[in-house]
Order: sequence, then C-alpha cells, then structure tokens
Amino acid sequence: MLIDWFTVIAQVLNFLILVWLLKRFLYRPILNAIDAREKRIADELANADAKKAEAQKEQAEFKRKNEEFDRQRSALLSRAREEAKAERQRLMDEARKAAADLSSKLQETLRNDKQNLNQEISRRARQEVFAIARKALEDLAGASLEERMVDVFVRKLHTLKDTEREQLVSEFNSPDSPILIRTTFDLPPEQRALIEGAVQETLGKEAQTRFVLDPDLISGIELTVNGQKVAWSLEAYLESLEKGVDELLKEQSKPENGAEPAPEPDETEPNPGPASEKEIKSESKPQKSQ
Amino acid sequence: MRLSPDELVFWQYGFLKLNATIVFTWVLMVVLAVSSKIITRKLSTGLESSRWQNLLEIIVTGILDQIEDVGLSEPRKYIGFLGTLFLFIAMATLFTLVPGYEPPTGSLSTTAALALCVFVAVPIFGIEEQGLRDYLKSYTKPTLIMLPFNIISELSRTLALAIRLFGNMMSGSMILGILLIITPLIFPIIMTALGLLTGMVQAYIFSILATVYIAAATRTHKPGPEPEHKN
Repeated sequence: MLIDWFTVIAQVLNFLILVWLLKRFLYRPILNAIDAREKRIADELANADAKKAEAQKEQAEFKRKNEEFDRQRSALLSRAREEAKAERQRLMDEARKAAADLSSKLQETLRNDKQNLNQEISRRARQEVFAIARKALEDLAGASLEERMVDVFVRKLHTLKDTEREQLVSEFNSPDSPILIRTTFDLPPEQRALIEGAVQETLGKEAQTRFVLDPDLISGIELTVNGQKVAWSLEAYLESLEKGVDELLKEQSKPENGAEPAPEPDETEPNPGPASEKEIKSESKPQKSQ
Repeated sequence: MRLSPDELVFWQYGFLKLNATIVFTWVLMVVLAVSSKIITRKLSTGLESSRWQNLLEIIVTGILDQIEDVGLSEPRKYIGFLGTLFLFIAMATLFTLVPGYEPPTGSLSTTAALALCVFVAVPIFGIEEQGLRDYLKSYTKPTLIMLPFNIISELSRTLALAIRLFGNMMSGSMILGILLIITPLIFPIIMTALGLLTGMVQAYIFSILATVYIAAATRTHKPGPEPEHKN
C-alpha cells in the first residue's frame, strides 16, 4: 500500500502548521510592508500632486501679479511720461515767459536807462549852456546891462497892449497898494526914477513903488500889482527855452527807441538858440556900442 | 528500491512512526519558516529594500496576481492556503538539488494529504462565501441529474490531484535513479534539470487547480464553465 494513513494525517497537520507559519512570518509582514510602501508612495504622490497644484496656483497667481504689475508699471510709466511732458511744457513755458519778461524788463531798463541818460545829458547840457550863458551875460553885461534892462523894461511898459494896460489899470484900483518892482540887482536912483516915471505914465496916475532885490531873477526886472505881472528877465527866456527843449525831447522820445542820445543836445541847441541868441545879441549890442 | 520516502522509517512506536517523508517535511517547514522570519525581521517600507525582501515581495505579489487572475476577487484571503501549497511543492522540488534529499511530495501520503486539504478547503471557502444552502445547490446545477456526476467529479478530481503530483514527482526520482545506474555521467544532470522543471510545473498546476476549484465554489451568482482538468 502506497498510502500510509499516519503519514497522511501527519502531513495534513504539517501542512496546516506550515500554512500558519508562513502566514505569520511571510505573507503578513510582506503584505504589510507592501501596503505601507504603497500607502507611502500614494501619500507622496498625493502630496506631490497637492504641491504641484499649489505650485500651479502660485504660478498662476504670480503670473497674474506679474501681469498686473506690468500693466501698472506701464500705466505708471505712461502717466509719468505724460506728467513729465506736461511739466516740461510748463517749465518751458515758464522759462520762455521768464525769458520774455526778463528781456522785456531788460529792454525796459535799457530804454529807461537810455532815456534817463538822454534826459541827464540834455539836462546837464542845458544847465551847462545856461550856466555859461548866465555867466557870459553877467560877465558881458557889466554896469551897462542894468541900464539896458531898465531901458528894455521901460520900452516894454510903453509898448504894452491896450488890453494889458487896462487890465493893469483896473487891478491898480487902490492907490495905497504899492507897486512891487523886483530886480536882480540894486538899481541906481535915476533908473528907479525912470521906471517910476514910466509906471506913472502907463497907469496914468500917481503910484507908490517899492523896489525889492531878488537874486532869483536872473538879470531881470519884474513889476507886480495884485498878482498882475509885467516882467522882463533872462529867467523867462530861459524858462521858455527849457520848456521848448523838454517838448522837443518828449517829441523825440515818443517815436524813438533806437535814436542816438548823442545828437540830442546838439539838436536842442539850435531851437532855443535863435531866441536867446537874438536876446543876447540885442542885449550885447548896446553893451558893445557903449 | 523505494517507491516512496514513507518506506524509510527512522523510528516507530506502534501506530506512530517517524519516516523520511515527515522528517523532510519538517526540514522544509523549518527552512521556510526560519528564512521567512529572518528576511521579514527587518522589512523596509521605504523605496529601497534588501534583495531578499524584493525576492519575497515578487513571489508573494506573483501568487496574489495569479489568484486574482483566476477569478478570486479577494486574493489575500486565500493566499495563506494557496500560496503555501505552491511554495511547499516548489520548495520540495527545489530541495532535490541537495544530495540525499528526497522530496516529501514523492510520497503518495503527502500528495493525498494535500489533496485532502484541498478537498476540505473547497467546501469550506464555498460555504463561507455563498452559504451552506447555495453551496449545496451548486451541486444540482445545471440540473438535478448532474448531482451524482458533480459528486463523482469532486471526488475524482481530488484523487487526480493526489495521483498527478505523486506520479510526476515519483517518476522524476525514479527516472533519475534508473539513469544513475545506466549512465552515471552527464545525463542525470540533464534529467535533474528536467525534473526541476517538471516539479515547478506541477507546483504551479496543483496550486492553480486548487485556486480554480475554490473560485468555482465561491462564485456566487454566475457559475462559470467547469474548468478543464489537466494531466
């Protein structure tokens, strides 16, 4: 018999024991290890997936932020550029305006300076001319100038127009009010008598005269009655001469901007020239004849 | 000349005896258990593991895949039984390389014991899965007439399991013994290699048939076609 029943039972038991042993020592630990590894791998994969998803999210976020940043930057840049442009324009305008102001101010200053210089030159020239004329007249007039002046004054009183004479007479209502005669120099008694006679003749009645010395009157005689005035003096000539020069200057400064200041004093000379020259001549002639 | 290692008795006391089959089985059990214990003592759950662990993992997962391929949806439940069948038979064949070792599977007692285990395990797993009533009903399918044939089939296939394994293993040893007498050089080595191949194929066949029987018994609703028997 090939089958030994005791051996069969023993082998069944042996097999069952082996099943238990292998379950205990082989299958369970190996399967547990495999499970643990798979779980670990799955965890790592899930973790990696999560990280990947997170990274993608962050990447998207970063990309979005980047784009936004780019957009903002370009907007800021363009705005800054525009602002800079506007600022530049404004500054340019300001600078241009300032330059224009400055140049106009400079021109104004130049013009003023020129005008001042012109005026100064003309004034100085005038003063010099008059000072020379005065000095020349005083030097030339000497003792006979006063006489000549008195003569001229007396002639003027005689040749007063009717209206002027009447006006003078009507002003001279009260005989008490004295007739004031101012002179630059002290008159000798005969000349005073000459003037008094001429006054009486002019007014047609007795008049009380008072003589006053006034150095402001340059080589002249002045008669005043209650504000009414009859005068002859170089001062008057000089005043009218000065007025004429001023008017000439004004006329010239109006149209001119680039007119040379140098010729002005020369031009002023001829205008008053004839008047004073005529007077000087008329004054100096008798002096010479004397 | 011995046909079976049962005949080599080391110790006997009445009914009890200690023959070569039992002793070699014990040796096999000790080697399997101790090596498993040693290898699985330090198991790595990381990505790197020892080569022995890798070998055991390949074997275990291979068995699991085979069981699943046959049609058992929960292979881990059956690996203890089916995997041990395969490993026991395969290791018994492999140990024939050791001089003086006689495979316990070359004893009809051992193969009968294994076939008996399958014979008992199949209804146990079937009843556990389907319930006693449904399991018993499966014998009357497709018709009641098939009941005796099913019962005969159940018995005969168990017998076939035992005889097939015994025949193959015994014949391998026998051929080797005869060849050693006729041509002691070179040719026995080739036959040994051929015997190893036969033994491995038998291990696979035995365990896969057991798997098929269990799968057929545990198939709850739609019983598949009766698997073909192999010789």
